Amino acid sequence: MATKAQSAEGPATPDSNGEGVRRRDFLNVAAVSFAGVGAVAAIAPLFVQMAPSADVLALATTEVDISKVQAGQGIKVSWRKQPVFVRNLTPKEIAEADAVPLSSLRDPETLAQRTKPGHKNWLITLGVCTHLGCVPLGIGEGENKGPYGGYFCPCHGSEYDTAARIRQGPAPKNLVVPDYEFTAPTTVLIGGKGKK
Amino acid sequence: MSFSWAKPYEPKSPFMRWLDERLPLPRVVYGAIGGGYPVPRNLNYFWNFGVLAGIFLTIQIVTGIVLAMHYFATTEGAFNSVNQLIMRDVNAGWLLRYAHMNGASFFFIVTYVHIFRGLYYGSYKAPRELVWMLGLVIYLLMMATAFMGYVLPWGQMSYWGAQVITGFFSAFPIVGEPLRVWLLGGYAPDEAALTRFFSLHYLLPFVIAAVVILHIWALHIPGSGNPTGVDVKDERDTLPFHPFYTAKDGWFAGAVLLLYAVVTYFAPNYLGHPDNYIPANPLATPAHIVPEWYFWPFYAILRSFTFDFILPAKLWGVLAMFGSILLLFFLPWIDKSPIRSGNYRPIFKRFFWLLVIDVLILGYIGGAEINPFNIALGQIAAAYYFLHFLVILPLVSRFETPLPLPNSITESVLGAEAVETAPVASKKKRGGTIASATAE
Repeated sequence: MATKAQSAEGPATPDSNGEGVRRRDFLNVAAVSFAGVGAVAAIAPLFVQMAPSADVLALATTEVDISKVQAGQGIKVSWRKQPVFVRNLTPKEIAEADAVPLSSLRDPETLAQRTKPGHKNWLITLGVCTHLGCVPLGIGEGENKGPYGGYFCPCHGSEYDTAARIRQGPAPKNLVVPDYEFTAPTTVLIGGKGKK
Repeated sequence: MSFSWAKPYEPKSPFMRWLDERLPLPRVVYGAIGGGYPVPRNLNYFWNFGVLAGIFLTIQIVTGIVLAMHYFATTEGAFNSVNQLIMRDVNAGWLLRYAHMNGASFFFIVTYVHIFRGLYYGSYKAPRELVWMLGLVIYLLMMATAFMGYVLPWGQMSYWGAQVITGFFSAFPIVGEPLRVWLLGGYAPDEAALTRFFSLHYLLPFVIAAVVILHIWALHIPGSGNPTGVDVKDERDTLPFHPFYTAKDGWFAGAVLLLYAVVTYFAPNYLGHPDNYIPANPLATPAHIVPEWYFWPFYAILRSFTFDFILPAKLWGVLAMFGSILLLFFLPWIDKSPIRSGNYRPIFKRFFWLLVIDVLILGYIGGAEINPFNIALGQIAAAYYFLHFLVILPLVSRFETPLPLPNSITESVLGAEAVETAPVASKKKRGGTIASATAE
């Protein structure tokens, strides 16, 4: 349409009345592409503003004193607003976890892989069911530990064993072992690696 | 846009004429919900539920805007702003909040009747496929809005509902967990999630209103369907929307609003869950977490996958749950029968009622406690849901012999009476179809 109007208005130049690529076409494509890139770049802040903000990330480490936790007991602490289970396993629970053949597991891991060397009795996992994020029962005194003696999720019936590995129910993975380290024999720092 | 006999808009006053020449908004309204929109004369009460859904959307927007004036979207303040400030201190706050809470439930009740009306009478079939699909978009938006609204009081069910529902996204491999963290703005639902849910909960109803306009626009191109599924043939088949259907919708809306008032005043918490009156505690999940009742059938489908099969059980559950709704977008092409109304489809009709029972069972299972019997029943019901749409419906639409259709809407209403009183006139009006030849 523009070509027609131009040729009707003025003397036809080689660019304006031809069928091929015109200089104006190049300018159009270049201008629209530039604006397009700009528009995408302008969307970026709208997108990244939804990611965790600095104050949320600032709560990324938690220090836990585990000196009061006796064998067979556990505590629940908060890390990144999520519950973390710190459990002092009894020798019997450790033996139970070690007795399970790896091939029978949905997410095969040994208890040794899920604990720190020399601290095999300290099972530290997120208290977040890997199914849909409920807090499983079994860390508190007298709570239902499920048939495998670990944790039991009341929402959809996932059952974890004494190494917090998924044994039965809809959850696809074992309870997640967060990044943590023993900074002293009775002190654990959770999330230290994420801190700069 | 409409039938040739639709009454054209005539401005009644010089001012309206002046306006009509500049901004013909009254003309549009007259043609959409006034005397200028001819509607089949044989609509039954199931055709009232679209207007009712519109009424409840309006109630939700009005009560919601007012409630937002008193609500604090902070994890510290949200629970108290709802349960202390609004429920006890703000004048009439308790009424507005209960009206909003139960308005959501009633919005879903009338929408479910509206959807099943469409399923029974084949409202999704040509030429109304887009009406149906836009309706499904509205339904999805309603679900998102209702979910985010339920999070706002920041009670235990709010919190754990948010945790579980955003957990759906973590089922997807690789991108799932980062996506979930991005949606929540943190690793668990917290202030960031609450404030963005509030923002979107305020926004989405207006998006719904916009899609409703598209839904009605698309409907008014072919015009409303009717219980026989027979197309409108001439002026005798229709009545103007106003005053006939405005009157019928008006009185029926009155009746339903009465029921809504009874529930709001006398059983305001009947449809809710008592645990939402406990402030959110991120470290303890309630023993029995369930979503709001209107999500129960989908929740039952989600929970019915308990074993891995190539993909993890969790991903199957999430895919099946989303799939159960996405499937409905393809319904116009799944059900190929040219007969719209279930009244003339004897086999389809039976399976339709089986589907209704199936969805009711799913609803019951979704709200019930988990035990081996309920899981098994839920699995059967979930399997049947997919069986209905993917196997039964295509087969039925292929092999079913439909009953003879009436020649016209008028004939279906007046029946043989019209033929007796004016045999010549009615003979002349009719086209020479096989059905009319056998009837005479």
